[in-house]
Amino acid sequence: MFSAFKTLVGRDLLLAMRRRSDLFTTLFFFVIVVSLFPLGIGPELNTLRLIAPGVFWVAALLASMLALERLFAIDYEDGALEQMLLAPQPLFILVLAKVTAHWLVTGLPLVLMAPLLGLQYDMATDALMAMVISLLLGTPALSLIGAIGAALTLGLRGGGVLVSLLVLPLYIPVLIFGSGAVEATASGLGGQGHLSMLGAILVLSLLFAPIASSAALRISAE
Amino acid sequence: MNARLINWFKFSSPATFYPLAGKMVPIFTLLAVVLIGVGLYMSFFVAPTDYKQGEGYRIIFVHVPAAWMSMFIYLIMAFWAGLGLVFNTRLSGMMTRALAPTGAIFAFLALWTGAFWGKPMWGTWWVWDARLTSELILLFLYLGYLALQGSIDDTRRADRAGALLVLVGVVNIPIIYYSVQWWNTLHQGATISMDNGSKMGVTMLWTMLIMALGFWAYTIAVALARVRSIILEREADTTWVSELAEVRR
Repeated sequence: MFSAFKTLVGRDLLLAMRRRSDLFTTLFFFVIVVSLFPLGIGPELNTLRLIAPGVFWVAALLASMLALERLFAIDYEDGALEQMLLAPQPLFILVLAKVTAHWLVTGLPLVLMAPLLGLQYDMATDALMAMVISLLLGTPALSLIGAIGAALTLGLRGGGVLVSLLVLPLYIPVLIFGSGAVEATASGLGGQGHLSMLGAILVLSLLFAPIASSAALRISAE
Repeated sequence: MNARLINWFKFSSPATFYPLAGKMVPIFTLLAVVLIGVGLYMSFFVAPTDYKQGEGYRIIFVHVPAAWMSMFIYLIMAFWAGLGLVFNTRLSGMMTRALAPTGAIFAFLALWTGAFWGKPMWGTWWVWDARLTSELILLFLYLGYLALQGSIDDTRRADRAGALLVLVGVVNIPIIYYSVQWWNTLHQGATISMDNGSKMGVTMLWTMLIMALGFWAYTIAVALARVRSIILEREADTTWVSELAEVRR
Protein backbone atom coordinates (compact mmCIF):
# COMPACT_ATOMS: atom_id res chain seq x y z
CA MET A 1 0.00 0.00 0.00
CA PHE A 2 2.77 2.38 0.91
CA SER A 3 4.73 1.37 -2.19
CA ALA A 4 1.68 2.26 -4.29
CA PHE A 5 1.67 5.65 -2.61
CA LYS A 6 5.39 6.13 -3.30
CA THR A 7 5.12 4.96 -6.89
CA LEU A 8 2.24 7.29 -7.64
CA VAL A 9 3.93 10.29 -6.03
CA GLY A 10 7.14 9.50 -7.95
CA ARG A 11 5.23 9.16 -11.20
CA ASP A 12 3.39 12.44 -10.78
CA LEU A 13 6.56 14.29 -9.82
CA LEU A 14 8.34 12.82 -12.84
CA LEU A 15 5.49 13.88 -15.10
CA ALA A 16 5.58 17.37 -13.60
CA MET A 17 9.35 17.61 -14.09
CA ARG A 18 8.95 16.70 -17.76
CA ARG A 19 6.56 19.62 -18.25
CA ARG A 20 8.31 22.31 -16.30
CA SER A 21 6.31 25.17 -17.77
CA ASP A 22 3.22 23.84 -15.99
CA LEU A 23 5.18 23.74 -12.80
CA PHE A 24 6.04 27.41 -12.94
CA THR A 25 2.71 28.85 -14.04
CA THR A 26 1.15 28.52 -10.58
CA LEU A 27 4.19 30.05 -8.91
CA PHE A 28 4.32 32.95 -11.35
CA PHE A 29 0.61 33.52 -10.96
CA PHE A 30 1.13 33.85 -7.22
CA VAL A 31 4.09 36.21 -7.68
CA ILE A 32 2.23 38.37 -10.18
CA VAL A 33 -0.97 38.64 -8.13
CA VAL A 34 1.00 39.58 -5.02
CA SER A 35 3.04 42.15 -6.97
CA LEU A 36 -0.07 43.72 -8.49
CA PHE A 37 -1.46 44.90 -5.17
CA PRO A 38 1.19 47.53 -4.44
CA LEU A 39 0.62 48.87 -7.95
CA GLY A 40 -3.08 49.13 -7.34
CA ILE A 41 -3.01 50.41 -3.80
CA GLY A 42 0.12 52.54 -3.82
CA PRO A 43 3.59 52.00 -2.40
CA GLU A 44 2.78 53.24 1.12
CA LEU A 45 4.69 50.76 3.30
CA ASN A 46 2.43 51.08 6.34
CA THR A 47 -0.63 50.13 4.29
CA LEU A 48 1.23 47.31 2.58
CA ARG A 49 2.35 45.84 5.89
CA LEU A 50 -1.27 45.93 7.03
CA ILE A 51 -2.76 44.19 4.00
CA ALA A 52 0.10 41.74 3.39
CA PRO A 53 -1.43 38.72 5.25
CA GLY A 54 -4.72 39.01 3.43
CA VAL A 55 -3.11 39.59 0.04
CA PHE A 56 -0.74 36.66 0.39
CA TRP A 57 -3.44 34.30 1.54
CA VAL A 58 -5.96 35.30 -1.11
CA ALA A 59 -3.26 34.96 -3.76
CA ALA A 60 -2.36 31.52 -2.40
CA LEU A 61 -6.04 30.53 -2.49
CA LEU A 62 -6.43 31.63 -6.11
CA ALA A 63 -3.16 30.01 -7.19
CA SER A 64 -4.07 26.74 -5.54
CA MET A 65 -7.53 26.88 -7.12
CA LEU A 66 -6.13 27.51 -10.60
CA ALA A 67 -3.87 24.50 -10.29
CA LEU A 68 -6.72 22.21 -9.31
CA GLU A 69 -7.88 21.70 -12.86
CA ARG A 70 -4.80 19.69 -13.69
CA LEU A 71 -5.05 17.49 -10.62
CA PHE A 72 -7.14 14.70 -12.15
CA ALA A 73 -7.87 15.99 -15.66
CA ILE A 74 -4.84 14.52 -17.46
CA ASP A 75 -5.29 11.11 -15.87
CA TYR A 76 -8.97 11.25 -16.67
CA GLU A 77 -8.31 11.94 -20.33
CA ASP A 78 -5.70 9.25 -20.93
CA GLY A 79 -7.55 6.62 -18.91
CA ALA A 80 -5.01 6.29 -16.10
CA LEU A 81 -7.66 7.37 -13.63
CA GLU A 82 -9.87 4.43 -14.49
CA GLN A 83 -6.96 2.11 -13.85
CA MET A 84 -6.55 3.73 -10.45
CA LEU A 85 -10.23 3.20 -9.70
CA LEU A 86 -9.84 -0.47 -10.61
CA ALA A 87 -6.57 -0.92 -8.72
CA PRO A 88 -6.51 -3.30 -5.72
CA GLN A 89 -5.02 -0.58 -3.51
CA PRO A 90 -7.57 1.57 -1.68
CA LEU A 91 -8.53 4.68 -3.60
CA PHE A 92 -7.98 6.71 -0.45
CA ILE A 93 -4.22 6.09 -0.66
CA LEU A 94 -4.08 6.81 -4.38
CA VAL A 95 -5.99 10.08 -4.01
CA LEU A 96 -3.73 11.03 -1.12
CA ALA A 97 -0.70 10.32 -3.32
CA LYS A 98 -2.08 12.43 -6.18
CA VAL A 99 -2.80 15.30 -3.81
CA THR A 100 0.62 15.02 -2.17
CA ALA A 101 2.38 15.20 -5.51
CA HIS A 102 0.15 18.07 -6.55
CA TRP A 103 0.97 19.98 -3.40
CA LEU A 104 4.71 19.35 -3.79
CA VAL A 105 4.52 20.79 -7.29
CA THR A 106 2.12 23.71 -6.78
CA GLY A 107 1.88 24.41 -3.05
CA LEU A 108 5.42 24.07 -1.76
CA PRO A 109 6.94 26.58 -4.21
CA LEU A 110 4.48 29.20 -2.96
CA VAL A 111 5.51 28.54 0.62
CA LEU A 112 9.17 28.93 -0.29
CA MET A 113 8.55 32.04 -2.36
CA ALA A 114 6.37 33.81 0.21
CA PRO A 115 9.13 35.17 2.51
CA LEU A 116 10.92 36.76 -0.43
CA LEU A 117 7.74 38.50 -1.50
CA GLY A 118 7.04 39.37 2.11
CA LEU A 119 10.19 41.49 2.12
CA GLN A 120 8.65 43.56 -0.66
CA TYR A 121 5.78 44.26 1.71
CA ASP A 122 8.23 45.26 4.46
CA MET A 123 7.03 42.54 6.82
CA ALA A 124 8.81 41.92 10.13
CA THR A 125 10.83 38.73 10.58
CA ASP A 126 8.45 37.08 13.01
CA ALA A 127 5.48 37.89 10.77
CA LEU A 128 7.37 36.32 7.87
CA MET A 129 8.01 33.26 9.99
CA ALA A 130 4.31 33.02 10.88
CA MET A 131 3.46 33.44 7.20
CA VAL A 132 5.68 30.53 6.17
CA ILE A 133 4.37 28.27 8.93
CA SER A 134 0.74 29.15 8.23
CA LEU A 135 1.19 28.57 4.50
CA LEU A 136 2.99 25.31 5.22
CA LEU A 137 0.01 24.14 7.26
CA GLY A 138 -2.66 25.72 5.10
CA THR A 139 -1.73 24.99 1.50
CA PRO A 140 -1.89 21.18 1.89
CA ALA A 141 -5.35 21.61 3.37
CA LEU A 142 -6.26 23.74 0.34
CA SER A 143 -5.04 21.02 -2.02
CA LEU A 144 -6.94 18.35 -0.10
CA ILE A 145 -10.22 20.28 0.01
CA GLY A 146 -9.79 21.42 -3.56
CA ALA A 147 -9.37 17.83 -4.71
CA ILE A 148 -13.05 17.24 -3.87
CA GLY A 149 -14.08 20.06 -6.18
CA ALA A 150 -11.66 18.94 -8.88
CA ALA A 151 -13.04 15.40 -8.71
CA LEU A 152 -16.66 16.58 -8.84
CA THR A 153 -16.15 18.77 -11.91
CA LEU A 154 -14.10 16.24 -13.84
CA GLY A 155 -14.82 16.43 -17.55
CA LEU A 156 -17.52 19.09 -17.27
CA ARG A 157 -17.83 22.05 -19.57
CA GLY A 158 -16.70 25.25 -17.89
CA GLY A 159 -15.04 23.18 -15.19
CA GLY A 160 -12.54 25.87 -14.23
CA VAL A 161 -15.10 28.50 -13.30
CA LEU A 162 -17.30 25.93 -11.66
CA VAL A 163 -14.48 24.68 -9.45
CA SER A 164 -13.98 28.17 -8.08
CA LEU A 165 -17.65 28.43 -7.18
CA LEU A 166 -17.59 25.09 -5.38
CA VAL A 167 -14.25 25.30 -3.68
CA LEU A 168 -13.78 28.92 -2.63
CA PRO A 169 -16.55 28.88 0.02
CA LEU A 170 -14.95 25.76 1.49
CA TYR A 171 -11.57 27.50 1.55
CA ILE A 172 -12.81 30.28 3.82
CA PRO A 173 -11.83 28.76 7.21
CA VAL A 174 -8.28 28.20 5.97
CA LEU A 175 -8.12 31.78 4.73
CA ILE A 176 -9.43 33.17 8.03
CA PHE A 177 -7.04 31.27 10.24
CA GLY A 178 -4.10 31.59 7.86
CA SER A 179 -4.22 35.34 7.51
CA GLY A 180 -5.32 35.58 11.16
CA ALA A 181 -2.12 33.87 12.29
CA VAL A 182 0.06 36.32 10.38
CA GLU A 183 -1.94 39.33 11.51
CA ALA A 184 -1.92 38.25 15.15
CA THR A 185 1.84 37.72 15.03
CA ALA A 186 2.41 41.05 13.35
CA SER A 187 0.33 42.87 15.96
CA GLY A 188 2.21 41.15 18.78
CA LEU A 189 -0.64 38.92 19.99
CA GLY A 190 1.01 35.67 18.95
CA GLY A 191 -0.46 33.44 16.27
CA GLN A 192 -0.32 30.22 18.25
CA GLY A 193 -4.08 29.72 18.49
CA HIS A 194 -4.65 30.34 14.79
CA LEU A 195 -1.83 28.01 13.85
CA SER A 196 -3.29 25.28 16.05
CA MET A 197 -6.67 25.67 14.36
CA LEU A 198 -4.96 25.55 10.98
CA GLY A 199 -3.22 22.35 12.03
CA ALA A 200 -6.55 20.91 13.16
CA ILE A 201 -8.11 21.76 9.80
CA LEU A 202 -5.18 20.09 8.05
CA VAL A 203 -5.53 16.91 10.11
CA LEU A 204 -9.29 16.78 9.57
CA SER A 205 -9.03 17.35 5.84
CA LEU A 206 -6.22 14.78 5.66
CA LEU A 207 -8.61 12.24 7.12
CA PHE A 208 -11.87 13.13 5.42
CA ALA A 209 -11.13 14.96 2.18
CA PRO A 210 -9.60 11.91 0.41
CA ILE A 211 -12.71 9.90 1.29
CA ALA A 212 -14.95 12.54 -0.23
CA SER A 213 -12.64 12.88 -3.25
CA SER A 214 -12.68 9.12 -3.81
CA ALA A 215 -16.46 9.10 -3.72
CA ALA A 216 -16.54 12.07 -6.10
CA LEU A 217 -14.12 10.34 -8.50
CA ARG A 218 -16.30 7.23 -8.55
CA ILE A 219 -19.34 9.40 -9.33
CA SER A 220 -17.55 11.34 -12.07
CA ALA A 221 -15.84 8.41 -13.77
CA GLU A 222 -18.69 5.97 -13.84
CA MET B 1 -43.17 -3.13 11.57
CA ASN B 2 -42.77 -4.60 8.16
CA ALA B 3 -45.86 -2.88 6.84
CA ARG B 4 -44.55 0.48 8.01
CA LEU B 5 -41.25 -0.06 6.24
CA ILE B 6 -43.02 -0.88 3.02
CA ASN B 7 -45.18 2.18 3.41
CA TRP B 8 -42.16 4.42 3.68
CA PHE B 9 -40.40 3.02 0.69
CA LYS B 10 -43.55 3.03 -1.38
CA PHE B 11 -43.33 6.80 -1.72
CA SER B 12 -39.66 6.76 -2.61
CA SER B 13 -40.69 5.96 -6.16
CA PRO B 14 -41.42 9.04 -8.28
CA ALA B 15 -44.51 7.36 -9.74
CA THR B 16 -46.21 7.04 -6.34
CA PHE B 17 -44.82 10.25 -4.90
CA TYR B 18 -46.04 12.40 -7.77
CA PRO B 19 -49.78 12.11 -6.96
CA LEU B 20 -49.11 12.36 -3.21
CA ALA B 21 -47.17 15.59 -3.74
CA GLY B 22 -49.99 16.79 -5.94
CA LYS B 23 -52.43 16.33 -3.06
CA MET B 24 -50.11 17.99 -0.54
CA VAL B 25 -49.26 21.10 -2.56
CA PRO B 26 -52.71 22.82 -2.23
CA ILE B 27 -52.89 22.03 1.51
CA PHE B 28 -49.53 23.59 2.24
CA THR B 29 -50.17 26.50 -0.10
CA LEU B 30 -53.34 27.29 1.84
CA LEU B 31 -51.49 26.90 5.14
CA ALA B 32 -48.73 29.20 3.93
CA VAL B 33 -51.13 31.88 2.75
CA VAL B 34 -53.11 31.82 6.02
CA LEU B 35 -50.11 31.68 8.33
CA ILE B 36 -48.09 34.33 6.50
CA GLY B 37 -51.21 36.49 6.21
CA VAL B 38 -51.91 36.25 9.95
CA GLY B 39 -48.21 36.66 10.73
CA LEU B 40 -47.88 39.78 8.59
CA TYR B 41 -51.03 41.28 10.09
CA MET B 42 -49.72 40.62 13.60
CA SER B 43 -46.29 41.94 12.80
CA PHE B 44 -47.67 45.19 11.40
CA PHE B 45 -50.69 45.91 13.62
CA VAL B 46 -50.67 43.72 16.75
CA ALA B 47 -47.03 43.58 17.84
CA PRO B 48 -46.18 46.63 19.97
CA THR B 49 -43.63 49.22 18.94
CA ASP B 50 -40.25 48.47 20.38
CA TYR B 51 -39.23 51.08 22.94
CA LYS B 52 -35.65 51.21 21.76
CA GLN B 53 -35.76 50.38 18.06
CA GLY B 54 -39.08 51.99 17.13
CA GLU B 55 -41.06 50.72 14.15
CA GLY B 56 -38.04 49.64 12.17
CA TYR B 57 -37.63 46.48 14.18
CA ARG B 58 -40.71 44.96 12.50
CA ILE B 59 -38.59 43.73 9.62
CA ILE B 60 -37.23 41.16 12.04
CA PHE B 61 -40.47 39.18 11.66
CA VAL B 62 -39.43 38.40 8.10
CA HIS B 63 -35.70 38.46 8.67
CA VAL B 64 -35.34 35.93 11.48
CA PRO B 65 -37.67 33.25 10.04
CA ALA B 66 -35.95 33.64 6.65
CA ALA B 67 -32.55 33.15 8.26
CA TRP B 68 -33.82 30.11 10.15
CA MET B 69 -35.29 28.63 6.99
CA SER B 70 -32.10 29.19 4.99
CA MET B 71 -30.23 27.09 7.55
CA PHE B 72 -32.92 24.45 8.03
CA ILE B 73 -33.31 23.94 4.31
CA TYR B 74 -29.59 23.25 3.98
CA LEU B 75 -29.86 20.64 6.72
CA ILE B 76 -32.88 19.04 5.04
CA MET B 77 -30.98 19.04 1.75
CA ALA B 78 -28.11 17.31 3.52
CA PHE B 79 -30.57 14.76 4.92
CA TRP B 80 -31.94 13.99 1.46
CA ALA B 81 -28.45 13.97 -0.01
CA GLY B 82 -27.26 11.45 2.56
CA LEU B 83 -30.35 9.32 2.05
CA GLY B 84 -29.86 9.42 -1.71
CA LEU B 85 -26.22 8.38 -1.50
CA VAL B 86 -26.96 5.54 0.95
CA PHE B 87 -30.14 4.08 -0.54
CA ASN B 88 -29.51 5.20 -4.11
CA THR B 89 -33.06 6.49 -4.47
CA ARG B 90 -33.81 8.82 -7.35
CA LEU B 91 -36.37 10.85 -5.47
CA SER B 92 -33.87 12.03 -2.84
CA GLY B 93 -31.76 13.74 -5.45
CA MET B 94 -34.83 15.38 -6.89
CA MET B 95 -35.87 16.63 -3.44
CA THR B 96 -32.40 18.06 -2.84
CA ARG B 97 -32.56 19.79 -6.18
CA ALA B 98 -36.09 21.07 -5.50
CA LEU B 99 -35.17 22.56 -2.12
CA ALA B 100 -32.00 24.37 -3.21
CA PRO B 101 -33.53 27.39 -5.01
CA THR B 102 -35.88 28.07 -2.07
CA GLY B 103 -32.96 27.88 0.34
CA ALA B 104 -30.95 30.26 -1.79
CA ILE B 105 -33.89 32.68 -1.92
CA PHE B 106 -34.29 32.59 1.86
CA ALA B 107 -30.55 33.14 2.38
CA PHE B 108 -30.73 36.11 0.04
CA LEU B 109 -33.89 37.39 1.72
CA ALA B 110 -32.24 37.14 5.14
CA LEU B 111 -29.26 39.15 3.91
CA TRP B 112 -31.45 41.69 2.12
CA THR B 113 -33.82 42.31 5.03
CA GLY B 114 -30.82 42.30 7.34
CA ALA B 115 -29.32 45.13 5.33
CA PHE B 116 -32.58 47.07 5.57
CA TRP B 117 -32.61 46.52 9.30
CA GLY B 118 -28.94 47.34 9.68
CA LYS B 119 -29.13 50.73 7.96
CA PRO B 120 -31.39 52.44 10.55
CA MET B 121 -30.18 50.38 13.55
CA TRP B 122 -26.44 50.11 13.03
CA GLY B 123 -26.12 52.96 10.54
CA THR B 124 -24.64 50.70 7.87
CA TRP B 125 -25.90 48.31 5.24
CA TRP B 126 -23.28 45.70 5.93
CA VAL B 127 -20.99 44.71 8.78
CA TRP B 128 -18.41 41.94 8.54
CA ASP B 129 -20.03 40.34 11.52
CA ALA B 130 -19.84 36.61 12.16
CA ARG B 131 -23.49 35.96 11.43
CA LEU B 132 -23.65 38.08 8.31
CA THR B 133 -20.53 36.54 6.89
CA SER B 134 -21.58 32.96 7.53
CA GLU B 135 -25.00 33.63 6.02
CA LEU B 136 -23.27 35.02 2.94
CA ILE B 137 -21.14 31.89 2.71
CA LEU B 138 -24.28 29.79 3.03
CA LEU B 139 -25.66 31.63 0.02
CA PHE B 140 -22.44 30.83 -1.87
CA LEU B 141 -22.82 27.16 -0.97
CA TYR B 142 -26.36 27.13 -2.37
CA LEU B 143 -25.19 28.83 -5.54
CA GLY B 144 -22.30 26.39 -5.90
CA TYR B 145 -24.70 23.46 -5.59
CA LEU B 146 -27.05 24.95 -8.18
CA ALA B 147 -24.17 25.67 -10.54
CA LEU B 148 -22.84 22.12 -10.24
CA GLN B 149 -26.31 20.65 -10.79
CA GLY B 150 -26.88 22.87 -13.77
CA SER B 151 -23.65 22.02 -15.53
CA ILE B 152 -24.01 18.23 -15.44
CA ASP B 153 -26.31 16.90 -18.13
CA ASP B 154 -26.52 13.34 -16.85
CA THR B 155 -29.14 13.71 -14.08
CA ARG B 156 -27.96 10.66 -12.16
CA ARG B 157 -24.43 11.99 -11.95
CA ALA B 158 -25.74 15.49 -11.21
CA ASP B 159 -27.74 14.20 -8.26
CA ARG B 160 -24.92 12.20 -6.75
CA ALA B 161 -22.28 14.88 -7.31
CA GLY B 162 -24.62 17.48 -5.84
CA ALA B 163 -25.36 15.25 -2.87
CA LEU B 164 -21.67 14.86 -2.14
CA LEU B 165 -21.14 18.62 -2.38
CA VAL B 166 -24.04 19.29 0.00
CA LEU B 167 -22.62 16.82 2.51
CA VAL B 168 -19.15 18.37 2.32
CA GLY B 169 -20.77 21.78 2.77
CA VAL B 170 -22.72 20.67 5.83
CA VAL B 171 -19.51 19.47 7.47
CA ASN B 172 -18.05 22.85 6.76
CA ILE B 173 -20.91 24.96 8.06
CA PRO B 174 -20.07 24.70 11.79
CA ILE B 175 -16.39 25.26 10.96
CA ILE B 176 -17.23 28.34 8.92
CA TYR B 177 -19.60 29.63 11.58
CA TYR B 178 -17.09 29.34 14.41
CA SER B 179 -14.07 30.38 12.39
CA VAL B 180 -15.85 33.55 11.35
CA GLN B 181 -16.84 34.19 14.95
CA TRP B 182 -13.28 33.77 16.22
CA TRP B 183 -11.89 35.76 13.37
CA ASN B 184 -14.04 38.69 14.41
CA THR B 185 -13.57 38.57 18.14
CA LEU B 186 -9.85 38.99 17.70
CA HIS B 187 -10.26 42.24 15.85
CA GLN B 188 -12.92 44.01 17.82
CA GLY B 189 -15.99 43.31 19.87
CA ALA B 190 -19.11 42.46 17.92
CA THR B 191 -20.95 45.63 16.97
CA ILE B 192 -24.21 44.29 18.32
CA SER B 193 -25.31 41.08 19.93
CA MET B 194 -28.42 39.46 18.58
CA ASP B 195 -29.26 37.57 21.80
CA ASN B 196 -32.35 39.56 22.61
CA GLY B 197 -34.63 36.56 22.12
CA SER B 198 -35.26 36.02 25.83
CA LYS B 199 -36.14 39.65 26.42
CA MET B 200 -38.63 39.65 23.59
CA GLY B 201 -42.30 40.22 24.36
CA VAL B 202 -44.76 37.33 24.11
CA THR B 203 -46.70 38.84 21.19
CA MET B 204 -43.51 39.36 19.24
CA LEU B 205 -42.41 35.80 19.89
CA TRP B 206 -45.76 34.41 18.74
CA THR B 207 -45.70 36.56 15.63
CA MET B 208 -42.26 35.31 14.79
CA LEU B 209 -43.26 31.69 15.35
CA ILE B 210 -46.32 32.06 13.12
CA MET B 211 -44.19 33.64 10.42
CA ALA B 212 -41.67 30.81 10.75
CA LEU B 213 -44.43 28.19 10.43
CA GLY B 214 -45.80 30.05 7.43
CA PHE B 215 -42.37 29.99 5.81
CA TRP B 216 -42.17 26.27 6.52
CA ALA B 217 -45.50 25.70 4.79
CA TYR B 218 -44.38 27.87 1.88
CA THR B 219 -41.13 25.94 1.58
CA ILE B 220 -42.91 22.58 1.59
CA ALA B 221 -45.48 23.72 -0.96
CA VAL B 222 -42.90 25.22 -3.31
CA ALA B 223 -40.47 22.32 -2.98
CA LEU B 224 -43.20 19.77 -3.68
CA ALA B 225 -44.47 21.72 -6.67
CA ARG B 226 -40.91 21.94 -7.97
CA VAL B 227 -40.23 18.27 -7.37
CA ARG B 228 -43.36 17.46 -9.38
CA SER B 229 -42.00 19.35 -12.37
CA ILE B 230 -38.61 17.72 -11.94
CA ILE B 231 -40.25 14.30 -11.86
CA LEU B 232 -42.22 15.08 -15.02
CA GLU B 233 -39.10 16.36 -16.73
CA ARG B 234 -36.92 13.39 -15.88
CA GLU B 235 -39.50 10.66 -16.26
CA ALA B 236 -40.95 12.14 -19.44
CA ASP B 237 -40.47 8.95 -21.47
CA THR B 238 -42.03 6.52 -18.99
CA THR B 239 -45.48 5.03 -19.43
CA TRP B 240 -46.91 6.24 -16.14
CA VAL B 241 -46.17 9.86 -17.05
CA SER B 242 -47.75 9.48 -20.47
CA GLU B 243 -50.87 8.06 -18.81
CA LEU B 244 -51.28 11.07 -16.49
CA ALA B 245 -54.40 13.11 -17.11
CA GLU B 246 -52.54 16.44 -17.17
CA VAL B 247 -49.97 15.14 -19.64
CA ARG B 248 -52.46 13.54 -22.03
CA ARG B 249 -54.52 16.66 -22.23
